[in-house]
Amino acid sequence: MAKDKQNKNGVLEEVTSSEYKYGFVTDIETETAPMGLNEDIVRFISAKKNEPEWLLEFRLIAFRHWLTLDEPNWALIDYPPINFQNIIYYAAPKKKKELESLDEVDPELLDTFNKLGISLEEQKMLSGVAVDVVMDSVSVKTTFQDTLAKHGIIFCSFSEAVQNHPDLVKKYMGSIVPYKDNYYAALNSAVFSDGSFCFIPKGVRCPIELSTYFRINAANTGQFERTLIVAEAGSYVSYLEGCTAPQRDENQLHAAIVEILVMDDAEVKYSTVQNWYPGNKNGKGGVYNFVTKRGLCQGRNSKISWTQVETGSAITWKYPSCILKGDNSIGEFYSVAVTNNYQQADTGTKMIHIGKNTKSTIISKGISAGKSNNSYRGLVRVSKNADNARNFSQCDSLLLGDQCGAHTFPYIKTANPTAIVEHEATTSKISEDQLFYCQQRGIDSEKAIGLIVNGYAKEVLKQLPMEFAVEAQKLLAITLEGSVG
Amino acid sequence: MLLNIKNLHVSINGKEILKGFNLGVNKGEVHAIMGPNGTGKSTLAAAITGREGYEITKGEIIYKGKDIRDMAPDERANEGIFLSFQYPVEIPGVSMTNFMRTALNAQREYQKLPPIPAGEFLKKMEEKKQLVEIHAKLTNRSVNEGFSGGEKKKNEIFQMAMIEPQLAILDETDSGLDIDALKVVAKGVNALRSSENGFVVITHYQRLLDYIVPDFVHVMYDGRIVKSGGKGLALELEEKGYDWIKKEFEI
Ligand SMILES: Nc1ncnc2c1ncn2[C@@H]1O[C@H](COP(=O)(O)OP(=O)(O)OP(=O)(O)O)[C@@H](O)[C@H]1O
Ligand SMILES: [Mg+2]
Repeated sequence: MAKDKQNKNGVLEEVTSSEYKYGFVTDIETETAPMGLNEDIVRFISAKKNEPEWLLEFRLIAFRHWLTLDEPNWALIDYPPINFQNIIYYAAPKKKKELESLDEVDPELLDTFNKLGISLEEQKMLSGVAVDVVMDSVSVKTTFQDTLAKHGIIFCSFSEAVQNHPDLVKKYMGSIVPYKDNYYAALNSAVFSDGSFCFIPKGVRCPIELSTYFRINAANTGQFERTLIVAEAGSYVSYLEGCTAPQRDENQLHAAIVEILVMDDAEVKYSTVQNWYPGNKNGKGGVYNFVTKRGLCQGRNSKISWTQVETGSAITWKYPSCILKGDNSIGEFYSVAVTNNYQQADTGTKMIHIGKNTKSTIISKGISAGKSNNSYRGLVRVSKNADNARNFSQCDSLLLGDQCGAHTFPYIKTANPTAIVEHEATTSKISEDQLFYCQQRGIDSEKAIGLIVNGYAKEVLKQLPMEFAVEAQKLLAITLEGSVG
Repeated sequence: MLLNIKNLHVSINGKEILKGFNLGVNKGEVHAIMGPNGTGKSTLAAAITGREGYEITKGEIIYKGKDIRDMAPDERANEGIFLSFQYPVEIPGVSMTNFMRTALNAQREYQKLPPIPAGEFLKKMEEKKQLVEIHAKLTNRSVNEGFSGGEKKKNEIFQMAMIEPQLAILDETDSGLDIDALKVVAKGVNALRSSENGFVVITHYQRLLDYIVPDFVHVMYDGRIVKSGGKGLALELEEKGYDWIKKEFEI
């Protein structure tokens, strides 16, 4: 029978069941740690990275604390127990020499970027984005250092920062997400592999968007990124984090930490496009993504804006948060989370109002298809002294088909009577009428879904920097490819 | 013959709605279809455009010499069949401009042509907006979102003008329009009218047919055409209502 004649669910399935488009493996020789986790492994990682004694101490303390913790189980996600001894905690590409230009980059890596449609070359030329590529935990390439250096901006891999700016790292690392924060934060603090460090000095407006493409690459390697962004008084930076991953069968564990510190009158805009391997149609494989992201608006009039487009991973556990400590500080959270097939996402934000006249905005758009589960979990807390705190939350869910789930868990705690907290939530289904309308205009069901979903997520997508928005739109369409008819 | 519908039987959820419907539309012709509420006019439009859930149990729809029964709705659209919806649908967050560009490019891809250059597209938008006198601002808004009833109908004709179909089916496009809007709709249709195109105009009101002069008028009742004639038939219906037809038919 022709496409249009299948029953609804048949067509729904067809569209939502497409295979991961970015499945390929880059074969770069890796140097890996033995499997498993103990103090020796922690020491191995630290030694590999030639770390100072204090950092090894930091790792060991975190590790010992981690041993005392239990895995959290309050999120609406379901997965077989993770064997933490069955994971390789360190892998580095062997070709590690410093690279001056793209010509020196491994051709295979460049090829990988081409497959993704994100040619590094193009990124550099067209958008003036400095790209710090993290391949399997170690930075392979950093660009635009000169431009940044001129402004006194530091943007480098975390390892480099440890070597070159140990005082800054020591001062701020763990100050916003302490190793004790949660299970995965403790794990990350013990074994973090690499990540990015970004420091914007007083009064500097970073002239380019800072971008990092993370990739998980070696089979069976947990990836433990650590990002630290410090924006001094009156500074501004827009930071982009994006990733895609090769297809493989084993589950890959990912537990990152992102810490942001914003001082008086400073602003950090942090945008993420997350597209790790979600597992196949039957729910086999895929990345487990347990992330702790938190920003502290320490200064007066400071601002943090999180924008995330989450399309990948088998499991997403992620709550980018803002602590609004400075008076008049602002926190924003814009999120699109798409789940398809057997993906599970439990994501949202926390807005902690401490300072006076603090404001927060939460816009969350969940889109579920296939047999997936998509939850929004958010906390808005207004503490006693936070006079005139304002929050507006809008949490929408869109369902494609009738086998998926959407859930909303908004928690509101106010200890100050002057607070105004507004929460709106909607759940809708993509309608047959909308689809048919598009099809009648010649647009096939796949493209139609892409169009409708992108329209639905527009409020969030428009927060992304231009070049990222285009990529994000493609991703939404690809993720739901094959969804309703 | 552009469209040839022979002995068409269509069921929705097992309930037969079209019961032996016949219609032939030659290139260059305008056919008006009238008939009481619930007789199956919109069902006919849905069957021709391939809407899911409208099951053809008997008969055939031949378009440009081909049986289109197994064609997907988008393929039929790209083969030149356009429907001006009785109830246009809202698509939040998708701008009219984006929607139209996506539609035109889908059509061009179907014809193995490269995407329409931006300049050419914008020029065409401008031209057609003027033709159907639709407010420039409307095309910056999301598809049909917050449009008034009349604006939605005009927007359908705007899309028709952009897409330039070979066979256009207008399902009560005139309902709810003021007289100026009605003239605009007629203008859009007449601008497209040529020796190559055909129109099926579904309406309850003779009024529209003063502006879009049909070659044939058919009266539909209980899932089939029960009377056909020229333009005069519409006038007769306007005067006498449908009772005489029902009576005649029921005997
Ligand atoms: N999805 C459906 N399920 C069941 N019956 C339906 C469905 N859609 C239409 N019908 C029925 O089919 C019959 C024909 O409907 P249709 O919409 O084609 O009429 P119409 O001639 O276009 O009427 P109007 O002039 O009011 O627009 C009606 O009795 C209607 O109730
Ligand atoms: Mg009707």
